[in-house]
Amino acid sequence: MLRILIFILVLPFKAFALIEVDITRGNLNPLPIAVSPLSIDEKSKKNFEKILKKKDIGSEISIVVENNLKTSGLFNPLNKDAFLQAPDIANLKPRFEDWNLIKAQALITGKVNYVDEKLRVEFRLWDVLAGKEMMALAFTTVPNNWRRVGHIITDKVYERLTGEKGYFDTRIIYVAEEGPKTKRIKKLAIMDQDGSNNKFLTLGNELVLTPRFNPTSQMVTYLSYFRNLPRVYLLDIETGMQEVVGDFPGMTFAPRFSPDGKKIIMSFARDGNSDIYTMDLENRIVEKITNHPSIDTSPSYSPDGKFICFNSDRSGYQQIYIMKSDGSNVKRISFGKGLYGTPVWSPRGDLIAFTKLHKGKFYIGVMRTDGSGERLLTENFYQEAPSWSPNGRVLIFYRETKTDDKGEGFSAKLWSIDLTGYNERLVDTPTDASDPSWSSLLSN
Amino acid sequence: MKLNKILKNTLLVIVACFALSACATSKKSTGQMQGDVYTGTDTVEYLASGVPDRVFFATNESVLTTASRETLRKQAAWLRKNSDVTIVLEGHADERGTREYNLALGERRANAAKDYLMTYGISSDRISVLSYGKERPVDSGSNPLAWSKNRRSVTVKAN
Repeated sequence: MLRILIFILVLPFKAFALIEVDITRGNLNPLPIAVSPLSIDEKSKKNFEKILKKKDIGSEISIVVENNLKTSGLFNPLNKDAFLQAPDIANLKPRFEDWNLIKAQALITGKVNYVDEKLRVEFRLWDVLAGKEMMALAFTTVPNNWRRVGHIITDKVYERLTGEKGYFDTRIIYVAEEGPKTKRIKKLAIMDQDGSNNKFLTLGNELVLTPRFNPTSQMVTYLSYFRNLPRVYLLDIETGMQEVVGDFPGMTFAPRFSPDGKKIIMSFARDGNSDIYTMDLENRIVEKITNHPSIDTSPSYSPDGKFICFNSDRSGYQQIYIMKSDGSNVKRISFGKGLYGTPVWSPRGDLIAFTKLHKGKFYIGVMRTDGSGERLLTENFYQEAPSWSPNGRVLIFYRETKTDDKGEGFSAKLWSIDLTGYNERLVDTPTDASDPSWSSLLSN
Repeated sequence: MKLNKILKNTLLVIVACFALSACATSKKSTGQMQGDVYTGTDTVEYLASGVPDRVFFATNESVLTTASRETLRKQAAWLRKNSDVTIVLEGHADERGTREYNLALGERRANAAKDYLMTYGISSDRISVLSYGKERPVDSGSNPLAWSKNRRSVTVKAN
């Protein structure tokens, strides 16, 4: 990954911030924000046009920021046609009365330069009502990273206004799907969080399922049916190198990384029984974590690595359990009506997201780690497999449609929803899609 | 008076509804399902004449039904006669479950079939098991009949 250098131009005066965005509740009044196109001088413009084939890279970056802010549901980026002040002058000193007039409460301005074959971007966040600068930062990177600059700006703005880390400079790995339901072709695919830079990582020759990011690196673990042997694999998405995980005499599946990225936790099925195992990626030591004649699967670590939540039908039906990471102290936590699956521990540590099946409907929900406070966020014909944004505020999952009488009209798509239950959105992908997994922030 | 009439009408409508829905469900399962286990033949293929290749399961279950055991006994008899044949038992689940659990469930179903074949003298060396979970339905429908056809273990010749 290419490094992006960040300089703080002016120290922000946090204590005096007047505008604040509350992300703990459904936001019905998104904050009106003006994203002024980043200004750019003619010479830089020409240079970037040659390299990136983009006419005005300053404006392109501001569009990335604008889309991110809009998608978050917390901000309402205002129409640029209404802006009265030119971008270059606004970046020097905004005329706050003008921005106030169009009801902007916050304003983002900035400047793009071509410096030593690099892209230099500076931006400022302004509190329009108070007439104050809230933040100023500059980045220098290779021109090809221009979209990431837009994502990092969004993360900085989000963090400044909500008080929590953002999730925009991230990627999603997922399974791209094509073809009829009975003969689905599946490929690993990766894209930026906003759907751009989509890339296929496998060719579709073998069935692949459930890719998951390592929270600390650009490694991925997933299930492949290579040579008709369903096994957990490890893939380095930078180099394309892959290897099978462990030497199990049967199907391994449902892999995930430990929070420190050093272990893989997964299920191994043998003789009709699935148990949970870990493998240390450094010394290759395999440990058996559960030992029960029922199905134990879908394991997920707590962010401190001390606990594991998982799915088991030891009570007769699929329910959610937690245990210590050595397999002791197994405790059932789901007691509501219906079946529960795919538990995933929030990166904040306080919640577990899950899939629930009740009376023929599928729900994505969250509960506290002791099982209390169950909250269902969305109901549908079929949806499952939530994955958390790195700040624990958004869930991405996939949804399948019901087919018609002729068995046609099937589709699978990615969707996201805020933890609040608001802001449900289709995440656009070039093909059908399932099994999304959200990466950590690429930069900090 | 009026209220009575309304009540009577409502009751009639409700009764009619019940009659219709009863019809609809019984029509669907006639000769095709017992409980929610598929008993039809339209997706079944044959290993040899009179030896069906697959058995079906109830929702979330891996217990072999009487019909399944009969099918597997026929398969065992055929396998004993054709002692050079090795097989793969492919276990499947319907689409109404989470992907990972269904992989485990498919494995459990195929193993239920494997265990039964072994009790009829087929060596485990000749049997391998492969779970597809919900990845390879035979019927792409989103209805109880389609799902019942997809909850299956299929015996496939491996050589």
